[in-house]
Amino acid sequence: MAMDTADETIVGRGNADGARLFREWFAGLTAAAEAGRGSAYVFVMGSLAELLRTFDFPIVFPEINSLQTAVRRVAHEYLNEAEDHGYSPDICGYVKADVATQLRGGVLPMGRIPKPSIAVYTNACNTYIKWAEIWERMYKVPVVTLDVPGSRAAGGQTWPGDRDFENDRAYVLAQLKELIPVLERVSGVPFDIDRLREAMGHANTMNTMWKRVLELNAARPSVFNALSDGTIFLGVANGFRGAPEGAQYFTDLVEEMEYKSAHGIGTLTDERYRLLFIGVPCYPIFRRFTEMFTELGGTFVGSTYLQFASGGANLGFTYDLDRPLESLAEGLLIGVRDAMDNMFFQTDILVKMVDDLGADGLVYHPIKSCRTVSTGLADNRRALMAARDIPSLFIESDMMDRRVVSEAQLKNRIDAFFEGLASRRAQATLRDT
Amino acid sequence: MIAPVTFPDWQGRALDDVILVCRELLEDDTYPTVRRWREAGGTVAGHFQVYFPEEIVHAAGMLPFKVRGGPVEPTQADSRFGSYLCSIVKTSLELVLSKRIELELFVTHPICDAARNLAAVWGRNFPYPCQILYLPQNPNSGHSATYLRGEYDRLRRTVEAVAGHAVTDDALRVSLAVFNTNRALLRELYALKRDTPWLVAADEAYALMAVGGLIPREEHNALLQTALPLLLQREVRRHDRVRVVFEGGFCEQPPLDLLRAIARSCYVVDDDLMIGLRWLLEDVPVNGDPLGNLAEAYLEGSSYSPVQHDLRKPKETMLLERIRRADAQAAIVTAAKMCEPGLEEQVTYTHALEEAGVPFFVSEFEENMSSFESLEIQLETFVENLLFD
Repeated sequence: MAMDTADETIVGRGNADGARLFREWFAGLTAAAEAGRGSAYVFVMGSLAELLRTFDFPIVFPEINSLQTAVRRVAHEYLNEAEDHGYSPDICGYVKADVATQLRGGVLPMGRIPKPSIAVYTNACNTYIKWAEIWERMYKVPVVTLDVPGSRAAGGQTWPGDRDFENDRAYVLAQLKELIPVLERVSGVPFDIDRLREAMGHANTMNTMWKRVLELNAARPSVFNALSDGTIFLGVANGFRGAPEGAQYFTDLVEEMEYKSAHGIGTLTDERYRLLFIGVPCYPIFRRFTEMFTELGGTFVGSTYLQFASGGANLGFTYDLDRPLESLAEGLLIGVRDAMDNMFFQTDILVKMVDDLGADGLVYHPIKSCRTVSTGLADNRRALMAARDIPSLFIESDMMDRRVVSEAQLKNRIDAFFEGLASRRAQATLRDT
Repeated sequence: MIAPVTFPDWQGRALDDVILVCRELLEDDTYPTVRRWREAGGTVAGHFQVYFPEEIVHAAGMLPFKVRGGPVEPTQADSRFGSYLCSIVKTSLELVLSKRIELELFVTHPICDAARNLAAVWGRNFPYPCQILYLPQNPNSGHSATYLRGEYDRLRRTVEAVAGHAVTDDALRVSLAVFNTNRALLRELYALKRDTPWLVAADEAYALMAVGGLIPREEHNALLQTALPLLLQREVRRHDRVRVVFEGGFCEQPPLDLLRAIARSCYVVDDDLMIGLRWLLEDVPVNGDPLGNLAEAYLEGSSYSPVQHDLRKPKETMLLERIRRADAQAAIVTAAKMCEPGLEEQVTYTHALEEAGVPFFVSEFEENMSSFESLEIQLETFVENLLFD
């Protein structure tokens, strides 16, 4: 089918703009490193970028840097270097790649990152805390844990007005208030609540649009692949949170996805099976991993990754700009809690995704590197199988370490999974006729 | 319910036999003390490593049971987990799936990414409340004590619902006193280890200490009150052994035989084994607000471990201080296999020890390992090097 003019300008824009923004972001980090500037090191789940931007920090996401080494197929060099330094093969590969990056003076395949002046992170992943301790020792810089209590049990979320929620909110708010003078001292920039309002406004736009983008993938055919395209979107959602470029990007992305949905334009895959991805991608063979599914007509219409790794932005939480700090605390608490729920208490979330997105199958991908995401997946699979009659695939590999990624073995399992999907569909057709 | 005597086996025995029955209890995968408690009509709250405010459960008349893995094969639990996990997570779940242990409440903590998942895994498999106690991970916040007091109050309400009656402040004060006695007795045991390590070997001290997680604390107090004077009366020749600190036993526990192997060539003068039982370093005031006092003690009067980040307690500094206070000559720096925080801290520890000129021996262990020959030979070589250096 020939593309019309609108197709040419809109379709594919999200991926192209995402790649451009990424290059620009990294060029900025490289320039900051060359100029000897410090930076704020943060993580994707609860980055607080909307606050940190108001202190003019270049923002570094070590998780994103680490995964880039895997995508660019050099992660093993970094992992080996960290292991030579004493780190075990059995710990998080992101941490090790970052240790090696620091030992190399911030040099990465994409450029160079500045040293940290401060690290600010939540407890969404315990390894964040251990990771920051490494920088604390290496650079003697302030490291600040923003402790965000998560759900205590499945279905146990509390909300404003509940005394347990208020206890958590007061704690998060107090920590934010304690953080601000530290940021002022480290950056030399006074806190400006109007700048914060502005950044939070951009985050509001991004949150609203991110939620909409995820919803739009209910379209048939799906308008983006949650694993390949989604990871690009996710990078922008993190790297440009609280920035005008981020807000604009997601506004444009919604336009693109709505256009595709309205015109029945899907991904490049001839969509036969709609899948959900649960876990962290296999970055050492990122492209090939996705192809093993798309070649057989499988496209990922949703993933828990796009939810937890966006720090809960998927909820579309809107900050109240009339009471920015209080609302920031509330948004952080609810968002990070949701990110954690997507990793620990994801049964109900997945059931809803199966129903909303019309999924035909689930792909669980636990990885060696990440216990946060992987520990409960096998058990979750059992629960989900009990809740919904839907086929699932359980494949283990890693997000960083190619030593535990066996492409041939993965392919065998994936092929068998698709045979099962096909046979199931054939049987259903027979039943229906 | 009239509290039963769950562990009568040691009563009226000689010291060596007391230690022997403690060892046997630790290695008994039928958990007879918990069974006896339940047979008498008692209820049980399981709490995962490392620290848990057991007083809150105790004040409700429940038995706090320290969930810290066990000497079992995780045949059923294996299918609930992925491959790259520490053993304690799997065997802990196995204990309940196999009904060796039955609970009315399970609580885990955000000590690590695997442990935090346990509330969800447990909750999908059992109908009773399974939850996370969010101990503060920013103990340096001026608000953390207020927050923790609120979190303890939330736990109290959960426990009340399970127990079916209120947990009063007065009941909590009684429990604080029981646990204060226990903490004092454990401090005494550790002082004895430090000052006269030839009187109590590492595995013996461990057996006496660790049974505390399996029996009512009143019984543990009685046991220690009997055993400590007997230890002091022991006639044991002092050997020319290296004084070491053992680090790395804060969560998954090494097998007793590993400790025994170490004890053959070393005096373990301090350690972090089952540090949760000794997390609070001093008595908790029994007057005033008991939950507030417990929260304050957790934050202001506690030990250290790789799973708590407190700017006032850099772990490597704390380890060096532990070594100095114990007058140790060397350190054994271990980590449980697949234990992310332990393995990460090992790097820091070894670098700090190297800088400080403290000899160290690095190792990994697993709770159900059964071969110690190679480790023992390596350790003996390490010790010989020290002795003849």
